[in-house]
Amino acid sequence: MFDWLQHFADWLIYSVLNIGADTHLGSTLNFFVYDTIKILILLFIIVFIMGIVNTYFPIERLKNYLNKNKLYGLEYLFSSIFGAITPFCSCSSVPLFIGFVQGGIPLGVTFSFLITSPLVNEVAVAMFLGMFGVNATLIYTVSGIILGTVGGWVLGKFNLEPLLSDWVKNIMAQKNQHDHYQEEKRTFKQRLPEITQSAWDIIKGVILYIIIGVAIGGAMHGYVPENFFNEFLGGGQWWTVPLAVIFAVPMYANAAGVVPIIQVFVAKGVPLGTAIAFMMGTVGLSLPEATLLKKVMSLKLIAIFFGVVTLAIIFSGFLFNMVL
Amino acid sequence: MSKVVKILGTGCPKCQAMTGVVKDVISENNIDATVEKVEDIMKIMTYNVMTTPALVIDDVITIKGRVPSKTEVLDLLK
Repeated sequence: MFDWLQHFADWLIYSVLNIGADTHLGSTLNFFVYDTIKILILLFIIVFIMGIVNTYFPIERLKNYLNKNKLYGLEYLFSSIFGAITPFCSCSSVPLFIGFVQGGIPLGVTFSFLITSPLVNEVAVAMFLGMFGVNATLIYTVSGIILGTVGGWVLGKFNLEPLLSDWVKNIMAQKNQHDHYQEEKRTFKQRLPEITQSAWDIIKGVILYIIIGVAIGGAMHGYVPENFFNEFLGGGQWWTVPLAVIFAVPMYANAAGVVPIIQVFVAKGVPLGTAIAFMMGTVGLSLPEATLLKKVMSLKLIAIFFGVVTLAIIFSGFLFNMVL
Repeated sequence: MSKVVKILGTGCPKCQAMTGVVKDVISENNIDATVEKVEDIMKIMTYNVMTTPALVIDDVITIKGRVPSKTEVLDLLK
Protein backbone atom coordinates (compact mmCIF):
# COMPACT_ATOMS: atom_id res chain seq x y z
CA MET A 1 0.00 0.00 0.00
CA PHE A 2 2.84 2.37 0.76
CA ASP A 3 5.39 1.24 -1.84
CA TRP A 4 4.98 4.46 -3.75
CA LEU A 5 5.78 6.40 -0.61
CA GLN A 6 9.01 4.46 -0.10
CA HIS A 7 9.94 5.26 -3.70
CA PHE A 8 9.18 8.90 -3.05
CA ALA A 9 11.31 8.96 0.12
CA ASP A 10 14.18 7.21 -1.70
CA TRP A 11 13.93 9.64 -4.58
CA LEU A 12 13.74 12.71 -2.33
CA ILE A 13 16.63 11.83 -0.03
CA TYR A 14 18.97 9.86 -2.28
CA SER A 15 18.45 11.71 -5.59
CA VAL A 16 17.15 15.21 -4.92
CA LEU A 17 19.06 15.91 -1.71
CA ASN A 18 21.83 13.59 -2.89
CA ILE A 19 22.52 12.04 0.51
CA GLY A 20 23.88 8.51 0.20
CA ALA A 21 21.65 5.57 1.12
CA ASP A 22 24.54 3.99 3.02
CA THR A 23 25.15 7.03 5.19
CA HIS A 24 23.68 7.33 8.63
CA LEU A 25 22.04 10.65 7.83
CA GLY A 26 20.57 9.32 4.60
CA SER A 27 18.84 6.35 6.16
CA THR A 28 17.61 8.39 9.12
CA LEU A 29 16.12 11.09 6.88
CA ASN A 30 14.55 8.49 4.61
CA PHE A 31 12.94 6.85 7.61
CA PHE A 32 11.68 10.21 8.84
CA VAL A 33 10.08 11.26 5.55
CA TYR A 34 8.49 7.86 4.99
CA ASP A 35 7.11 7.43 8.52
CA THR A 36 5.79 10.97 8.90
CA ILE A 37 3.89 10.97 5.62
CA LYS A 38 2.56 7.45 6.14
CA ILE A 39 1.24 8.30 9.60
CA LEU A 40 -0.38 11.51 8.38
CA ILE A 41 -2.19 9.63 5.60
CA LEU A 42 -3.37 6.90 7.99
CA LEU A 43 -4.48 9.49 10.51
CA PHE A 44 -6.50 11.38 7.93
CA ILE A 45 -8.22 8.19 6.74
CA ILE A 46 -9.06 7.05 10.28
CA VAL A 47 -10.30 10.42 11.49
CA PHE A 48 -12.39 10.71 8.35
CA ILE A 49 -14.01 7.29 8.85
CA MET A 50 -14.63 8.06 12.53
CA GLY A 51 -16.22 11.35 11.49
CA ILE A 52 -18.66 9.50 9.23
CA VAL A 53 -19.44 6.95 11.95
CA ASN A 54 -20.08 9.73 14.42
CA THR A 55 -22.59 11.55 12.27
CA TYR A 56 -24.69 8.40 12.31
CA PHE A 57 -24.16 7.56 15.97
CA PRO A 58 -24.14 10.85 17.86
CA ILE A 59 -23.44 10.54 21.54
CA GLU A 60 -27.05 11.34 22.52
CA ARG A 61 -28.27 8.38 20.55
CA LEU A 62 -25.71 6.09 22.21
CA LYS A 63 -26.79 7.35 25.61
CA ASN A 64 -30.45 6.71 24.88
CA TYR A 65 -29.63 3.28 23.56
CA LEU A 66 -27.78 2.36 26.76
CA ASN A 67 -30.59 3.77 28.82
CA LYS A 68 -33.53 2.14 27.11
CA ASN A 69 -32.28 -1.36 26.42
CA LYS A 70 -31.78 -4.14 28.90
CA LEU A 71 -28.41 -5.51 27.99
CA TYR A 72 -27.79 -8.11 30.71
CA GLY A 73 -24.25 -7.05 31.57
CA LEU A 74 -23.31 -6.27 27.98
CA GLU A 75 -23.88 -2.58 28.67
CA TYR A 76 -20.32 -2.32 30.00
CA LEU A 77 -18.94 -3.70 26.75
CA PHE A 78 -21.19 -1.46 24.63
CA SER A 79 -20.31 1.60 26.62
CA SER A 80 -16.63 0.77 26.24
CA ILE A 81 -16.98 0.35 22.45
CA PHE A 82 -18.90 3.64 22.25
CA GLY A 83 -16.01 5.23 24.13
CA ALA A 84 -13.61 3.92 21.51
CA ILE A 85 -15.53 5.26 18.51
CA THR A 86 -16.35 8.64 20.04
CA PRO A 87 -13.65 11.20 19.34
CA PHE A 88 -11.93 12.12 22.55
CA CYS A 89 -11.57 15.69 23.71
CA SER A 90 -10.46 16.20 27.28
CA CYS A 91 -12.69 19.26 27.67
CA SER A 92 -15.73 17.17 26.85
CA SER A 93 -15.06 14.44 29.39
CA VAL A 94 -16.82 16.21 32.25
CA PRO A 95 -20.01 17.11 30.33
CA LEU A 96 -20.07 13.55 28.97
CA PHE A 97 -19.72 12.09 32.43
CA ILE A 98 -22.56 14.19 33.82
CA GLY A 99 -24.73 13.61 30.78
CA PHE A 100 -24.41 9.87 31.31
CA VAL A 101 -25.16 9.75 35.04
CA GLN A 102 -27.91 12.34 34.63
CA GLY A 103 -29.50 10.18 31.96
CA GLY A 104 -29.76 7.36 34.48
CA ILE A 105 -26.84 5.29 33.27
CA PRO A 106 -25.13 3.45 36.14
CA LEU A 107 -21.82 4.86 37.32
CA GLY A 108 -19.89 1.71 36.40
CA VAL A 109 -21.14 1.80 32.81
CA THR A 110 -20.22 5.49 32.64
CA PHE A 111 -16.73 4.61 33.85
CA SER A 112 -16.39 2.03 31.06
CA PHE A 113 -16.94 4.85 28.60
CA LEU A 114 -14.62 7.19 30.45
CA ILE A 115 -11.78 4.64 30.50
CA THR A 116 -11.89 3.68 26.82
CA SER A 117 -12.56 7.13 25.40
CA PRO A 118 -9.00 8.49 25.79
CA LEU A 119 -7.38 5.05 25.66
CA VAL A 120 -8.58 4.06 22.22
CA ASN A 121 -8.69 7.25 20.21
CA GLU A 122 -8.16 7.94 16.53
CA VAL A 123 -4.67 9.38 16.97
CA ALA A 124 -3.43 6.44 19.01
CA VAL A 125 -4.87 3.94 16.53
CA ALA A 126 -3.35 5.69 13.51
CA MET A 127 0.04 5.92 15.19
CA PHE A 128 -0.02 2.26 16.16
CA LEU A 129 -1.04 1.26 12.67
CA GLY A 130 1.78 3.31 11.19
CA MET A 131 4.51 2.16 13.56
CA PHE A 132 3.60 -1.38 14.61
CA GLY A 133 1.32 -2.71 11.89
CA VAL A 134 -2.17 -4.21 11.88
CA ASN A 135 -1.72 -7.00 14.44
CA ALA A 136 -0.35 -4.84 17.24
CA THR A 137 -3.06 -2.25 16.51
CA LEU A 138 -5.79 -4.87 16.86
CA ILE A 139 -4.27 -6.09 20.12
CA TYR A 140 -4.12 -2.54 21.43
CA THR A 141 -7.68 -1.66 20.40
CA VAL A 142 -9.32 -4.88 21.56
CA SER A 143 -7.48 -4.95 24.86
CA GLY A 144 -8.30 -1.27 25.42
CA ILE A 145 -12.00 -2.05 24.97
CA ILE A 146 -11.79 -5.09 27.26
CA LEU A 147 -9.93 -3.04 29.84
CA GLY A 148 -12.69 -0.41 29.79
CA THR A 149 -15.35 -3.10 30.10
CA VAL A 150 -13.71 -4.85 33.04
CA GLY A 151 -12.59 -1.63 34.71
CA GLY A 152 -16.11 -0.17 34.58
CA TRP A 153 -17.61 -3.40 35.85
CA VAL A 154 -15.20 -3.55 38.81
CA LEU A 155 -15.84 0.13 39.64
CA GLY A 156 -19.57 -0.52 39.39
CA LYS A 157 -19.25 -3.11 42.14
CA PHE A 158 -18.14 -0.49 44.66
CA ASN A 159 -20.73 1.85 46.05
CA LEU A 160 -19.28 5.02 44.58
CA GLU A 161 -22.28 7.34 44.14
CA PRO A 162 -21.80 9.02 47.54
CA LEU A 163 -18.33 10.08 46.42
CA LEU A 164 -19.58 12.30 43.61
CA SER A 165 -19.54 16.07 44.11
CA ASP A 166 -22.64 17.47 45.78
CA TRP A 167 -23.79 19.47 42.81
CA VAL A 168 -23.60 16.37 40.61
CA LYS A 169 -25.77 14.51 43.10
CA ASN A 170 -28.25 17.39 42.94
CA ILE A 171 -28.33 17.26 39.17
CA MET A 172 -28.94 13.54 39.34
CA ALA A 173 -31.78 14.03 41.81
CA GLN A 174 -33.64 16.77 39.98
CA LYS A 175 -34.86 15.75 36.61
CA ASN A 176 -35.81 19.18 35.27
CA GLN A 177 -33.68 19.04 32.24
CA HIS A 178 -33.42 21.67 29.65
CA ASP A 179 -34.15 19.62 26.60
CA HIS A 180 -35.07 21.85 23.72
CA TYR A 181 -32.75 20.29 21.28
CA GLN A 182 -33.41 20.54 17.57
CA GLU A 183 -32.28 17.35 15.95
CA GLU A 184 -29.88 18.29 13.22
CA LYS A 185 -31.49 17.38 9.96
CA ARG A 186 -28.80 17.67 7.40
CA THR A 187 -27.85 15.34 4.63
CA PHE A 188 -24.62 13.46 4.43
CA LYS A 189 -23.51 15.71 1.59
CA GLN A 190 -23.96 18.77 3.76
CA ARG A 191 -21.93 17.19 6.52
CA LEU A 192 -19.07 16.02 4.35
CA PRO A 193 -17.24 19.36 4.29
CA GLU A 194 -17.42 19.49 8.10
CA ILE A 195 -16.07 15.98 8.47
CA THR A 196 -13.19 16.83 6.16
CA GLN A 197 -12.60 20.08 8.00
CA SER A 198 -12.49 18.43 11.42
CA ALA A 199 -10.13 15.76 10.09
CA TRP A 200 -7.80 18.54 9.00
CA ASP A 201 -8.18 20.28 12.33
CA ILE A 202 -7.16 17.14 14.20
CA ILE A 203 -4.15 16.68 11.94
CA LYS A 204 -3.14 20.31 12.37
CA GLY A 205 -3.34 19.83 16.12
CA VAL A 206 -1.01 16.83 16.25
CA ILE A 207 1.28 17.27 13.24
CA LEU A 208 3.97 18.96 15.33
CA TYR A 209 3.94 16.09 17.85
CA ILE A 210 4.15 13.55 15.06
CA ILE A 211 7.14 15.29 13.48
CA ILE A 212 8.95 15.68 16.80
CA GLY A 213 8.10 12.13 17.89
CA VAL A 214 9.22 10.56 14.62
CA ALA A 215 12.37 12.72 14.59
CA ILE A 216 13.35 11.69 18.12
CA GLY A 217 12.47 8.09 17.33
CA GLY A 218 14.53 8.20 14.14
CA ALA A 219 17.52 9.69 15.94
CA MET A 220 17.27 7.11 18.71
CA HIS A 221 17.11 4.31 16.18
CA GLY A 222 20.49 5.32 14.86
CA TYR A 223 22.25 6.04 18.13
CA VAL A 224 20.88 3.65 20.74
CA PRO A 225 22.77 0.36 20.51
CA GLU A 226 20.89 -2.86 19.72
CA ASN A 227 19.44 -4.59 22.79
CA PHE A 228 20.27 -1.55 24.90
CA PHE A 229 17.02 -1.77 26.85
CA ASN A 230 17.24 -5.50 27.11
CA GLU A 231 19.76 -5.12 29.85
CA PHE A 232 17.50 -3.32 32.27
CA LEU A 233 14.00 -3.26 30.83
CA GLY A 234 13.87 -6.38 28.75
CA GLY A 235 14.95 -9.66 30.26
CA GLY A 236 11.56 -10.50 31.74
CA GLN A 237 11.98 -8.97 35.19
CA TRP A 238 8.45 -8.81 36.56
CA TRP A 239 8.78 -5.31 37.98
CA THR A 240 9.39 -3.62 34.65
CA VAL A 241 5.67 -3.59 33.77
CA PRO A 242 4.43 -1.89 36.96
CA LEU A 243 7.38 0.48 36.83
CA ALA A 244 6.62 1.48 33.23
CA VAL A 245 2.92 2.03 34.02
CA ILE A 246 3.46 3.97 37.23
CA PHE A 247 5.94 6.17 35.43
CA ALA A 248 3.47 6.67 32.56
CA VAL A 249 0.27 7.54 34.45
CA PRO A 250 1.05 11.10 35.61
CA MET A 251 2.65 11.88 32.26
CA TYR A 252 0.47 13.77 29.87
CA ALA A 253 1.65 13.04 26.43
CA ASN A 254 0.03 13.06 23.10
CA ALA A 255 -0.21 9.60 21.54
CA ALA A 256 1.33 11.15 18.44
CA GLY A 257 4.56 11.94 20.23
CA VAL A 258 4.79 8.80 22.34
CA VAL A 259 4.29 5.97 19.84
CA PRO A 260 7.39 6.60 17.65
CA ILE A 261 9.55 6.59 20.78
CA ILE A 262 7.89 3.43 22.10
CA GLN A 263 8.55 1.83 18.75
CA VAL A 264 12.29 2.37 19.27
CA PHE A 265 12.05 0.87 22.75
CA VAL A 266 10.48 -2.24 21.25
CA ALA A 267 13.00 -2.41 18.42
CA LYS A 268 15.81 -2.23 20.97
CA GLY A 269 14.56 -5.00 23.18
CA VAL A 270 11.64 -3.87 25.37
CA PRO A 271 8.84 -6.47 25.24
CA LEU A 272 5.78 -5.31 23.27
CA GLY A 273 3.50 -5.95 26.26
CA THR A 274 5.49 -3.61 28.50
CA ALA A 275 5.43 -1.01 25.72
CA ILE A 276 1.65 -1.27 25.22
CA ALA A 277 1.11 -0.98 28.98
CA PHE A 278 3.30 2.12 29.04
CA MET A 279 1.35 3.60 26.15
CA MET A 280 -1.99 2.91 27.89
CA GLY A 281 -0.73 4.57 31.04
CA THR A 282 0.31 7.71 29.17
CA VAL A 283 -2.79 8.28 27.06
CA GLY A 284 -5.43 6.65 29.28
CA LEU A 285 -4.72 8.43 32.54
CA SER A 286 -3.11 11.78 33.21
CA LEU A 287 -2.90 14.49 35.83
CA PRO A 288 -4.79 17.08 33.70
CA GLU A 289 -7.64 14.60 33.39
CA ALA A 290 -7.68 14.13 37.15
CA THR A 291 -7.88 17.91 37.57
CA LEU A 292 -10.89 18.08 35.26
CA LEU A 293 -12.62 15.20 37.01
CA LYS A 294 -12.18 16.95 40.37
CA LYS A 295 -15.15 19.09 39.40
CA VAL A 296 -17.46 16.09 39.46
CA MET A 297 -15.94 13.67 41.93
CA SER A 298 -14.17 13.66 45.26
CA LEU A 299 -10.43 13.03 45.43
CA LYS A 300 -11.15 9.62 46.93
CA LEU A 301 -13.22 8.62 43.92
CA ILE A 302 -10.54 9.85 41.51
CA ALA A 303 -7.97 7.83 43.46
CA ILE A 304 -10.14 4.70 43.27
CA PHE A 305 -10.78 5.26 39.56
CA PHE A 306 -7.09 5.79 38.75
CA GLY A 307 -6.07 2.93 41.03
CA VAL A 308 -8.39 0.39 39.43
CA VAL A 309 -7.42 1.44 35.90
CA THR A 310 -3.70 1.44 36.74
CA LEU A 311 -3.96 -2.08 38.17
CA ALA A 312 -5.91 -3.21 35.11
CA ILE A 313 -3.23 -1.79 32.78
CA ILE A 314 -0.43 -3.46 34.76
CA PHE A 315 -2.33 -6.73 34.67
CA SER A 316 -2.82 -6.52 30.91
CA GLY A 317 0.87 -5.72 30.50
CA PHE A 318 1.74 -8.99 32.24
CA LEU A 319 -0.82 -10.79 30.12
CA PHE A 320 0.61 -9.39 26.85
CA ASN A 321 4.14 -10.38 27.81
CA MET A 322 2.97 -13.91 28.56
CA VAL A 323 0.91 -14.30 25.40
CA LEU A 324 2.83 -12.32 22.78
CA MET B 1 -36.27 41.57 18.63
CA SER B 2 -32.80 41.14 19.90
CA LYS B 3 -31.63 37.57 19.98
CA VAL B 4 -29.85 36.09 22.97
CA VAL B 5 -26.93 33.95 21.90
CA LYS B 6 -25.11 31.82 24.44
CA ILE B 7 -21.97 29.85 23.86
CA LEU B 8 -21.47 26.96 26.26
CA GLY B 9 -17.93 25.77 26.73
CA THR B 10 -15.28 25.37 29.37
CA GLY B 11 -12.69 27.35 27.43
CA CYS B 12 -11.20 24.72 25.17
CA PRO B 13 -9.79 25.77 21.76
CA LYS B 14 -12.93 24.64 19.95
CA CYS B 15 -15.10 26.80 22.20
CA GLN B 16 -12.96 29.83 21.45
CA ALA B 17 -13.18 29.07 17.74
CA MET B 18 -16.97 28.96 17.97
CA THR B 19 -17.09 32.28 19.84
CA GLY B 20 -14.95 33.83 17.11
CA VAL B 21 -17.20 32.58 14.31
CA VAL B 22 -20.39 33.74 16.03
CA LYS B 23 -19.04 37.20 16.86
CA ASP B 24 -17.78 37.66 13.30
CA VAL B 25 -21.12 36.71 11.79
CA ILE B 26 -23.00 39.06 14.09
CA SER B 27 -20.79 42.06 13.40
CA GLU B 28 -20.42 41.42 9.66
CA ASN B 29 -24.17 41.21 9.14
CA ASN B 30 -25.27 43.79 11.72
CA ILE B 31 -27.44 41.28 13.52
CA ASP B 32 -29.21 42.46 16.63
CA ALA B 33 -27.98 39.93 19.17
CA THR B 34 -26.17 39.70 22.47
CA VAL B 35 -23.47 37.10 22.93
CA GLU B 36 -22.86 35.53 26.29
CA LYS B 37 -20.17 32.99 27.07
CA VAL B 38 -21.16 30.38 29.63
CA GLU B 39 -18.02 28.86 31.07
CA ASP B 40 -19.24 27.55 34.41
CA ILE B 41 -19.58 23.79 34.06
CA MET B 42 -22.49 23.71 36.51
CA LYS B 43 -24.46 26.17 34.38
CA ILE B 44 -23.49 24.36 31.20
CA MET B 45 -24.86 21.12 32.54
CA THR B 46 -28.29 22.65 33.15
CA TYR B 47 -28.61 22.73 29.35
CA ASN B 48 -28.13 18.99 29.23
CA VAL B 49 -25.42 19.07 26.58
CA MET B 50 -22.84 16.31 26.50
CA THR B 51 -20.38 17.74 24.05
CA THR B 52 -18.98 21.24 24.06
CA PRO B 53 -18.93 23.79 22.56
CA ALA B 54 -22.66 24.29 22.22
CA LEU B 55 -24.53 27.17 20.62
CA VAL B 56 -27.76 28.27 22.26
CA ILE B 57 -29.97 30.77 20.45
CA ASP B 58 -32.96 32.12 22.40
CA ASP B 59 -32.76 29.14 24.75
CA VAL B 60 -32.72 26.53 21.99
CA ILE B 61 -29.62 24.41 21.59
CA THR B 62 -28.77 24.53 17.91
CA ILE B 63 -25.29 23.13 17.61
CA LYS B 64 -23.22 20.98 19.91
CA GLY B 65 -19.80 19.43 19.87
CA ARG B 66 -18.37 21.14 16.82
CA VAL B 67 -17.34 24.43 15.36
CA PRO B 68 -19.91 25.64 12.80
CA SER B 69 -19.19 27.50 9.58
CA LYS B 70 -20.13 31.16 9.17
CA THR B 71 -22.93 30.44 6.72
CA GLU B 72 -24.43 27.93 9.12
CA VAL B 73 -24.44 30.41 11.98
CA LEU B 74 -25.90 33.08 9.71
CA ASP B 75 -28.75 30.75 8.72
CA LEU B 76 -29.47 30.04 12.37
CA LEU B 77 -29.49 33.70 13.34
CA LYS B 78 -31.75 34.90 10.55
